[in-house]
Amino acid sequence: MARCLFCVEEMKVVLTWRSLLLKKEAMTICERCEGKLKKLAGETCSICSRELDKNYRIEDLCLDCVRWEKDKKWSGYLSINISLFHYNEFLKDMIAKYKYRGDYALAEAFVPFLKDKLKDMNFDLVTFIPLSNERLMERGFNQAQALTDLLGLNTVELLTRLHTEKQSKKSREERISLPQVFQVTKPDLLKQKSILIVDDIYTTGSTLRHAAKALKTAGATEVSSITLAR
Amino acid sequence: METTISSPPFSPELQNHLTGRLLLASEIPFSPAIISDQIKHGYVSVTSGVKCVNGQYNCVRCGNQNSALFYTFPCKICNQDCTYCRACIMMGRVSECAKLYGWIGPDLKFAVPDKVMSWDGTLTSGQQTASDCVVEAVKRKGELLVWAVCGAGKTEVLFAGIEAGLLAGKRICMATPRTDVVLELSPRLKRAFPAIEVSSLYGGSEERSKASPLTVSTTHQLFRFSEAFDVVIIDEVDAFPYSIDDSLHYAVNKSKKPSATTIYLTATPSKQMQRSYRSGKLQAVTIPARYHHKPIPVPEMKWSGNWQKQYLQKKIPPVIASWVSERLQQKIPLLLFFPSIQVMEQVIPLFQTLSPKLETVHSQHPERKERVQALRNGEVPGLLTTTILERGVTIERLDVAVIGAEHEVFSESALVQIAGRVGRSFTYPTGTITFFHYGKSKAMVEAIYHIQMMNKEAWKRGLLDG
Ligand SMILES: [Zn+2]
Ligand SMILES: [Zn+2]
Ligand SMILES: [Zn+2]
Ligand SMILES: [Zn+2]
Repeated sequence: MARCLFCVEEMKVVLTWRSLLLKKEAMTICERCEGKLKKLAGETCSICSRELDKNYRIEDLCLDCVRWEKDKKWSGYLSINISLFHYNEFLKDMIAKYKYRGDYALAEAFVPFLKDKLKDMNFDLVTFIPLSNERLMERGFNQAQALTDLLGLNTVELLTRLHTEKQSKKSREERISLPQVFQVTKPDLLKQKSILIVDDIYTTGSTLRHAAKALKTAGATEVSSITLAR
Repeated sequence: METTISSPPFSPELQNHLTGRLLLASEIPFSPAIISDQIKHGYVSVTSGVKCVNGQYNCVRCGNQNSALFYTFPCKICNQDCTYCRACIMMGRVSECAKLYGWIGPDLKFAVPDKVMSWDGTLTSGQQTASDCVVEAVKRKGELLVWAVCGAGKTEVLFAGIEAGLLAGKRICMATPRTDVVLELSPRLKRAFPAIEVSSLYGGSEERSKASPLTVSTTHQLFRFSEAFDVVIIDEVDAFPYSIDDSLHYAVNKSKKPSATTIYLTATPSKQMQRSYRSGKLQAVTIPARYHHKPIPVPEMKWSGNWQKQYLQKKIPPVIASWVSERLQQKIPLLLFFPSIQVMEQVIPLFQTLSPKLETVHSQHPERKERVQALRNGEVPGLLTTTILERGVTIERLDVAVIGAEHEVFSESALVQIAGRVGRSFTYPTGTITFFHYGKSKAMVEAIYHIQMMNKEAWKRGLLDG
């Protein structure tokens, strides 16, 4: 008998013609939990996937992305970010259990949703946002790498962290102005390649833009990203 | 504490923190250097949190052995595939490479004054008998069931036993499944034993690190203990989730020393416990009468017809409507128990036609306490509720009805607990409890029998006023 990976309730496994025909991924969480994950929908920002609010957009971009793209230092590095879900209370709990409590198994809950999105994305190589060594030793795994591992994609560790300070303590300005956050470790691998970065949460977008800038500067042709939450 | 010159020094702070516990490194606020030094001297034990025996994993902290609740992942700490326990992950991950540390150095001795108890209340004769049994059990070791009816005053029955234990240098833990009960008991014990350090443990409490002679804890917090207590008293042993969660039983057992006394306290022991008592396997003492010497109101069964169908037709069954109206008129506070939140939410508009001030209370309500208080204060004439209020609620002059009493959520013990809400106060020792039903259930009949038996025993033992 299968149990929901998150709430541990029993699940009915139903194989319908629809699920067989569409080759839908087998779900590892129950319908109730799945229902609490709110997909980003409607009109979304064409760079960062944010749902567009009429007071917070210029054409098809949200004002945050407009600001990023206006800035010569950042313009054009991150082509597109796809995020799966709203970072609501439920997903906050789920991600907290996953990465802070260290429940690696929950990566399996996210994989079917990621696979579904990745079908429409083009990339040559997959990488992930690295953790500082200190965090990695605390948690035992990198929450972004665990996702790529379970996705079974051709993944390469391309980045390392230059700083270990807690990001959350810094203001947006401070984060953007940090000169270098990441270093590229295998530049020869990414020349002329388009790279997909996997991470758990898109908050301000600065982490992913720092990573994208490092990768492009080292020779990647294009950088996109996918995250669970936005 | 005496140390001989030849033995290497131990850290008294670490001794205090680790005694009787089994903790992850992250739960021990001491430097790795101190810990490894104390391990070297043989004062601290180290064990893997998850062990694999004959291909079966088991979690040393929570006792989980269900293979579906273990997961193996590429661990960067030990650099190999590493299995961890998902059952207790909310307390911090326990895995094959995560060690649990315990104290095996010199015993921690608590300083106990000659006089520990300041409580000087008097006990009813029913309470006194039970109290004597508790004292004896604390001295004798082994198990004792204290089967005390709702409103018997069971906490005071423990005081003499706790006093005897403390004076004998024992470490005592009072455990309960419910945080509410910890919050209520802790100040009472602090008042009764002012010279003793009392620590209270529940999810989110902060007194985590002090070892004390008297501990009040949720059963859940006992996962972090190991061979700590000489006496464990489990209050409301039949309450959720202890009643259905085997891992909590494991936690309680692990927290006891091998020679410990265990005292179970409840108004509604499980069938299994009742059987062991009747067969003589489990020693027990009953307190069949309330502290006010009046019998417990016996539930009355009333047929309500197909209540579900009537509600769907937007009608309250007439017997129920008139039961409620009478009490509204006489200003008697009332509680109506429903089998589920859904049913209750469906029917509240109907009941509000009888009085717009009727309200609902259920487990997910943030204002649960405030609404109960409003009923107590007379600001609200009555509440519709679910089994969430079956325990711990005392309201003067209360009348209670169970709607759909035949429903499976109303077990014998739930019904006895619900009936136990009525007639609790000295000034108003009576009241009515009615089971409205659409066909009697076995549990209903057994609950009534249970209460009648207790009243009968109370008469026989001369515990009731004539
Ligand atoms: Zn679920
Ligand atoms: Zn955007
Ligand atoms: Zn466990
Ligand atoms: Zn490991």
